[in-house]
Amino acid sequence: MSATVGVVLFPGSNCEYDVMEAVRRLGGDARIVWHGDRDLRAVDAVVLPGGFAHGDYLRPGALARFSPVMAAVEAFAADGGPVVGICNGLQVLTEAGLLPGALQKNRGLKFLCTTVSLRVESADSVLTSEAPVGSVVRVPINHFEGNYTCTTETLTELQRDDRVILRYLDNPNGSIDDIAGICSPGRNVVGLMPHPERASDALLGSSDGLPMLRSLLAAASGRSVARPTLDAVG
Amino acid sequence: VRFPVLVEVRLRPGVADPQGATIERALPALGFEGIHDVQVGKAFRFTVEAPDESSARQLAEALSQRLLANPVIEATSVAVGQ
Repeated sequence: MSATVGVVLFPGSNCEYDVMEAVRRLGGDARIVWHGDRDLRAVDAVVLPGGFAHGDYLRPGALARFSPVMAAVEAFAADGGPVVGICNGLQVLTEAGLLPGALQKNRGLKFLCTTVSLRVESADSVLTSEAPVGSVVRVPINHFEGNYTCTTETLTELQRDDRVILRYLDNPNGSIDDIAGICSPGRNVVGLMPHPERASDALLGSSDGLPMLRSLLAAASGRSVARPTLDAVG
Repeated sequence: VRFPVLVEVRLRPGVADPQGATIERALPALGFEGIHDVQVGKAFRFTVEAPDESSARQLAEALSQRLLANPVIEATSVAVGQ
């Protein structure tokens, strides 16, 4: 059985089908997980996709954090399950406290929709295990609030523990230390502003996101082996 | 009793405020001189039903910390009126 990636659909998410399509083309299974669901036993990895969960009202991710599914995502992450937040998904993860820091409005106060160059800084995460360290990839960004910030202590910790997994070559949004993606201490929760699913086919202008998506599927497969079947759970 | 509450959310000192900076840069062009330290934040007004003012304040402060502000980058002040 191939690994199943659950893509959480909040009201206002809009990248869920892109993620599922990219996962399926790599041979994985993908399914929607409604934000009101509380059960993640049927999936081996969770993706919080891009979009505008709950309209981004108050702050991006602020209300999504209280969706019923987030308690399950938290438990899934605590159990070592792979969780990836892309763009709005990263904003949700920081608001939920699953990743440190916060996303502010871009430095130039402009919505950015472009393709940027990223350097893979660490291959030790569920999203970069199959991406060579030091490799440069071209991946689209599409955000207004992508300016990552955190306290000096958090930044020191992220740097010390090699938890900055992706950096911008030419910082587009003012993010501290050129940070484009980070991971949790357990390296199984990853968040990034760029959209690897939009760089999953040469037809889209770049297939540089594939190593990241393959890494996620590999992590999901590892989990799939360990996961009891639903029948066994009862 | 219903207590009117005003919560002000602003960026913590040291957190970049590109909106405030942009507004400040625009002021001289409009003829406003000598205006500094412009900060952009949010204000929330609501009423809290509570037996007394201190429990209303407690509830409003909990709400501010948990939802209205992101403590990583934002600070809050809560004012409870009669």
